[in-house]
Amino acid sequence: MTDVVLDHITKTYEKGSVVAVDDVSFSVEKGELFGLIGPDGAGKSSIFRMLTTLLKPDSGFATVNGSDTVKDYRDIRKKVGYMPGRFSLYQDLTVEENLTFFATVFNTTIHENYDLIKDIYVQLEPFKDRRAGKLSGGMKQKLALCCALIHRPTVLFLDEPTTGVDAVSRKEFWEMLKRLKTHGITILVSTPYMDEATLCERIALIQGGKILSIDTPEEIIRRFPKPLYSVRCNEMSRLLKELRSFAEIESCNGFGDYHHITFHNEAEIEKLKDRLIKAGYSEVEIRIEEPTVEDCFIRLMKSLDNGE
Amino acid sequence: MENEVVIKTENLTKAFGDFIAANAITFDVYKGEIFGFLGANGAGKTTAMRMLCGLSTPTSGKANIAGFDIWTQTEEIKKHIGYMSQKFSLYEDLTVRENIRFFGGIYGLKGKEIRQKGDAIIKKLGLENEAKKLVKSLPLGWKQKLAFSIAIFHEPKIVFLDEPTGGVDPVTRRQFWDLIYEASERGITVFVTTHYMDEAEYCNRISMMVDGVIKALDSPKKLKENYGVETMDEVFYELARGAQRKAD
Amino acid sequence: MKQFIAFFTKEFLHVFRDRKTLLLLFGLPVVQIVLFGFALSNEIKNSKIVIFDYAKDATSRKIIEKLEVSKSFEIEKNITRVEDIDKSFRAENIKLAIVFPANFGEDLVHLKNASVQIIADASDPNTANTLTSYATNVIMSYQKEMMQTRNIPYSINTEMRMLYNPELKGTTNFVPGVMALVMLLICVLMTSVSIVREKENGTMEVLLVSPFNPFLVVISKAIPYLILSLFNLIVILVLSVYLLDMPINGNIFLLFAESALLILAALSLGLLISTLTNSQQEAMLFSLMGMLLPTMMLTGFMFPLENMPVPLQVISNIVPSKWYYIIVKSIMIKGLGFSAIWKETLILAGMTALLLTISIRKFNIRLE
Repeated sequence: MTDVVLDHITKTYEKGSVVAVDDVSFSVEKGELFGLIGPDGAGKSSIFRMLTTLLKPDSGFATVNGSDTVKDYRDIRKKVGYMPGRFSLYQDLTVEENLTFFATVFNTTIHENYDLIKDIYVQLEPFKDRRAGKLSGGMKQKLALCCALIHRPTVLFLDEPTTGVDAVSRKEFWEMLKRLKTHGITILVSTPYMDEATLCERIALIQGGKILSIDTPEEIIRRFPKPLYSVRCNEMSRLLKELRSFAEIESCNGFGDYHHITFHNEAEIEKLKDRLIKAGYSEVEIRIEEPTVEDCFIRLMKSLDNGE
Repeated sequence: MENEVVIKTENLTKAFGDFIAANAITFDVYKGEIFGFLGANGAGKTTAMRMLCGLSTPTSGKANIAGFDIWTQTEEIKKHIGYMSQKFSLYEDLTVRENIRFFGGIYGLKGKEIRQKGDAIIKKLGLENEAKKLVKSLPLGWKQKLAFSIAIFHEPKIVFLDEPTGGVDPVTRRQFWDLIYEASERGITVFVTTHYMDEAEYCNRISMMVDGVIKALDSPKKLKENYGVETMDEVFYELARGAQRKAD
Repeated sequence: MKQFIAFFTKEFLHVFRDRKTLLLLFGLPVVQIVLFGFALSNEIKNSKIVIFDYAKDATSRKIIEKLEVSKSFEIEKNITRVEDIDKSFRAENIKLAIVFPANFGEDLVHLKNASVQIIADASDPNTANTLTSYATNVIMSYQKEMMQTRNIPYSINTEMRMLYNPELKGTTNFVPGVMALVMLLICVLMTSVSIVREKENGTMEVLLVSPFNPFLVVISKAIPYLILSLFNLIVILVLSVYLLDMPINGNIFLLFAESALLILAALSLGLLISTLTNSQQEAMLFSLMGMLLPTMMLTGFMFPLENMPVPLQVISNIVPSKWYYIIVKSIMIKGLGFSAIWKETLILAGMTALLLTISIRKFNIRLE
């Protein structure tokens, strides 16, 4: 069963001069954990706002849970949970007051759906009399998630829930999402962090309002067209520039402590190590590497730029 | 890397009432070094960075930034550092060129110098067609590259970067780091915070702050060896997991 | 209903946890009443004056008697030499000298024209102006009496005329003005800022994507401020009755009903501003420029509208507080009933309806 459908959705701002979402189509199955992966300004928030009935598309149509996002917006508003990107709750209300307020607005009580938020709320409970403004980023995010879940939505939209949050809190947040999945809630989450892509069941890579690719993370990685190698040596920043100047190297990107490279011609790999040692590098290490989603994104983004 | 110390802190502490946001921070940063300043949310990074920039007075301790004392010479410090953050760095309602002119003027550069260097920046970033456009119409990544170029416009000794690449696409993020490397090669010390662990690898040395204290400080390679792990991600997780100060 | 209550509670919590807002809400009416009632009052009591009576006839004596009776003046002494005028101004705390020329009474009776010289200490021009008016007023009232008793058409022209507020009691003008000002300030500013704050925080997005009707979001935001404003109205009235001796001559329920109408107009305006702006500063600026300034200038309580250039008088007709001001003066001071103010009420109601319609039309159930 399909829970979310986008059919050729386009959205522009400022009288059409800024294209935020460019002819986007995809669908999300019921109970799926779907990730919208892309940088700032890629169109993620616009897509979420159209699906949550906050914006109308210029063209195309979308349905959530079978309801049209424009015509049946009231039905959708009853059924979905939404956590906007810059959502910061009511800073001057306490944790408990925030949650009670949102529960009441959604016509429910904390008690009624407690089983759903229990895992998350127990971590917040020691601070329930603390004002939301005095919580850390990670805690705020948990509270916001509780508020979005309090009415047991069928579809949950989380717009960049982990932006600006440290690696540990991010990890915890994704574990919470996985647990939520067991309740059968369809979850759409957007993130600029490519490393979070593999935590989703299916992802759409998005850039400049266009979908670059859409599939399971494994399939997207499998479709990476060439063998990828990682190179390491004693002088990484010089190596980066030098590799880019080599004719046989098709692409070269820094990835943490390695540089990821692909070749125009596979046979050249044999000669590379000698060439680098001759150029004065030491501790040269070259190995075949499994591409990451970020490798795929960079490759797709560049081919999109070159295609235009 | 030369051995000239440009940031030297000794037991630098900042307390807000009972709450010690930064506790006895002690470290040295060298000229031209790329120094990663990592830590979980609420670990005290922002507090420490504000003190180093001369924006807030420490409760106790000593620090010398670019040769100036943090207690008595904050105005001098501000002249010799650059600063850029994820949230504010440029005026959105001014054009690219107007921003360059404004910030050049603030740092007391002459009109001719501003024009020449401004042209160079615009050319280097490939912004020739955007020079007369409002900054708000640029993609985030371009804004951040421009903001960085402007932050080092006056050739500061140190540039402080507070999560400069948050939300920037992976290609532009790497271009941004190319700019950082260049600045570092010119002898500018780069003091940077980030949530991207692959970027932590690009730093010469990393400090990890947990609950207001610097828990670890070393090169990424050594840190990984010390903790017996493969990635910086794991190092971060090992260190930050024990943090007590989660709700603050 | 439960949702409404949750909303009220939340809104009140916002207000009570924000000390600055609280101060604005409850301090403002008090400060304004005290400020306008006392400090800025142009009412002056027991000013010392000197009399220089050349005439010493029945007419001059009668006028002096009248001056003596007036609360405004206290006759310090009678002087007999011209140079004493200047001396008493300099040496003593004399504000005014009144000089009756010789043959004052004779001239008045026979030539039907006489003059009195009023000399004021104009180092404080406002006081001088006011006191001169007071004195002129006393003299004029005497003339009126004479005309009535003797039935002779004296043709004495005076330039000062006190049309309203013959006693020149300052607070009568200020209290209705302050009422309008405070209610507008609180309702327009608080409503617009509190709605825009939700936009800034992203909470508005969440509220819109909820089963709660968007209009109810807005209405439940407005009602707490309606209640707070009515409470403020009570504070103002209590202060003005017990502190400033202001009468409430008319029906108090009518006064509250009319005030509720103004509050409604103000809430609609606040809502309109909130739909047009996206940041709290913007909303505040709009509210202050668009509401405080016209209210202060064009209501009529600080500057009489009659003396303004015609274009400004025309513009003043679209300022809701102008009509409210007329209504409140009629009820509180003149003690008139609804039949006397139905026209103004209708205009105010029309404005409210218009503002409400526009703001509801402009209010978006989505984000664009």
